[in-house]
Amino acid sequence: MTTTPGAMEPPHIAVENLSVSYAGVVALSNASLRLNQGAICGLVGMNGAGKSTLFKALMGFVRPATGTIRINGQSVAQAQRRQSVAYVPQSESVDWDFPLNVTDVVMMGRYGSMGPLRNPRRRDHEAVRHSLELVELWDLRRRQIGQLSGGQRKRAFLARALVQGASVLLLDEPFNGVDVRTEKLMAQLFMAFRRERRTLLISTHDMDHVTGFCDQVVLINKTVLAYGETSEVFTRENLALTFGGCVLDQSKEVPGPQRGSMVADHREGWS
Amino acid sequence: MDPVNWVMEPLQHAFMIKALVISAVVGGVCALLSCFMTLKGWALMGDAVSHAVLPGVVIAYALGLPLAVGAFVFGVGSVTVIGLIKQSTRVKEDTVIGLVFTGFFALGLILVSKVRSSLDLMHILFGNVLGIRPQDFQQTLVIAALVLVALVVFRRDLVLFCFDPTHAQSIGISTGFLYYLLLSSLSLAAVAGLQTVGIILVVAMLVTPGATAYLLTDSFGAMAVLAVASGILSSLLGAYLSYWSDASPAGCIVVVQTLLFVMAMVFAPKYGLLRRAFNNQPSQ
Repeated sequence: MTTTPGAMEPPHIAVENLSVSYAGVVALSNASLRLNQGAICGLVGMNGAGKSTLFKALMGFVRPATGTIRINGQSVAQAQRRQSVAYVPQSESVDWDFPLNVTDVVMMGRYGSMGPLRNPRRRDHEAVRHSLELVELWDLRRRQIGQLSGGQRKRAFLARALVQGASVLLLDEPFNGVDVRTEKLMAQLFMAFRRERRTLLISTHDMDHVTGFCDQVVLINKTVLAYGETSEVFTRENLALTFGGCVLDQSKEVPGPQRGSMVADHREGWS
Repeated sequence: MDPVNWVMEPLQHAFMIKALVISAVVGGVCALLSCFMTLKGWALMGDAVSHAVLPGVVIAYALGLPLAVGAFVFGVGSVTVIGLIKQSTRVKEDTVIGLVFTGFFALGLILVSKVRSSLDLMHILFGNVLGIRPQDFQQTLVIAALVLVALVVFRRDLVLFCFDPTHAQSIGISTGFLYYLLLSSLSLAAVAGLQTVGIILVVAMLVTPGATAYLLTDSFGAMAVLAVASGILSSLLGAYLSYWSDASPAGCIVVVQTLLFVMAMVFAPKYGLLRRAFNNQPSQ
């Protein structure tokens, strides 16, 4: 069992026997895990191991074949309605030539809690300002998003997740191709989120990040192989299981989700 | 030529005033929609839907229903068929779109030739803005108003839907609703545009103003205003040019739109070819 101070409280995220399949192909079977509130959790697995399927399940994009998910003791749908779960995608997932500036994009994080017309109120503007200052993009707030560097784009997405006020942050490869400044800033922010008792689930290929600041780790290969304290779970045997015994190749990157399908793309992949 | 007379003389004809009003309204509304079409990458969809509504228009006409009803059913229906075929076969999406819309269009051609009505194929294909009937005039205004209201009310959600549908879904916004909202607006705009420039050229109204505006600005709000302005300007200027040159109004409207695009492409302050050529000069 875990030995963190939060171990006695109920888990923030509890997944029991989760199975998900797409058109008969099993993506995840019988996966179970418990994450403590205020923990920084690394999600480690090969490409196609089910990392993004787990994210999708936590966001309610896929209907599990079996199993249950509780976030803060609530169902995924309830958690979504309360804006409890925020997702920070890989930056390749959108068109950066879109005529929007940094503020426009971050404001989109507030849409879920606005009225139907999405007219920003004063507290929305304040939340946007606060999070832009946190990620050090306030000076660039009027810049068209395509003119941001790779690291700044990641920070803009992080700010969008922050204004949502979510207690769970799902981050998809946040350290991919970022500059040193962004990496340092993100690591600091993650520590701050931990102090605010937010729970972070970070998919990553970088083992140094896991051992560097992840309190917990989830090892995944079509199911959850192991989860718990990093020091206990991150063993040579477990990693061999996770990566099927092959040599870790950290240079391989996951390609971003495909964009631009013209028909029914709301139903593809993410639903 | 006296410029005042150039503007004023056509206004003495009731048919010309109606043509100017309807072209400007349809041009403006289609232009607003074109912002979403170009940003979502739906230009080919616009082409497909505008052709696929033809059988619906003919059937609605024959049954005495509003044309918009037929256009709506067949516009949304064609896209549903495209989706179904794409999911259940290995044929690529652009191929499916190409074969479905031409199939629907061909069906429409047969219906036009067999169903007894006063529908004139040439008017459907190339528009008949100078001879628009009173009931079509009213219908088109109503359709344009509907689309305008839908797009303005849901503009923020639609921008989000075009930019990042995954985020929309993750915060509980229904992307299915927005998808069908955009698709319905497209079908309705196609039938409105049909009255003005005809089925063949309506896709220009649904794409070109958005593309022109996209080259001129980095803000969605400014893009929408510029697109609508260029849509209305092209419609008015095109109608006048058509009057004075006795050329096809649809042709004139779309040629003006295209010329505006070319001007934006060359002269746009930030993304124009001139500016880019200037920027690429090796610095001494």
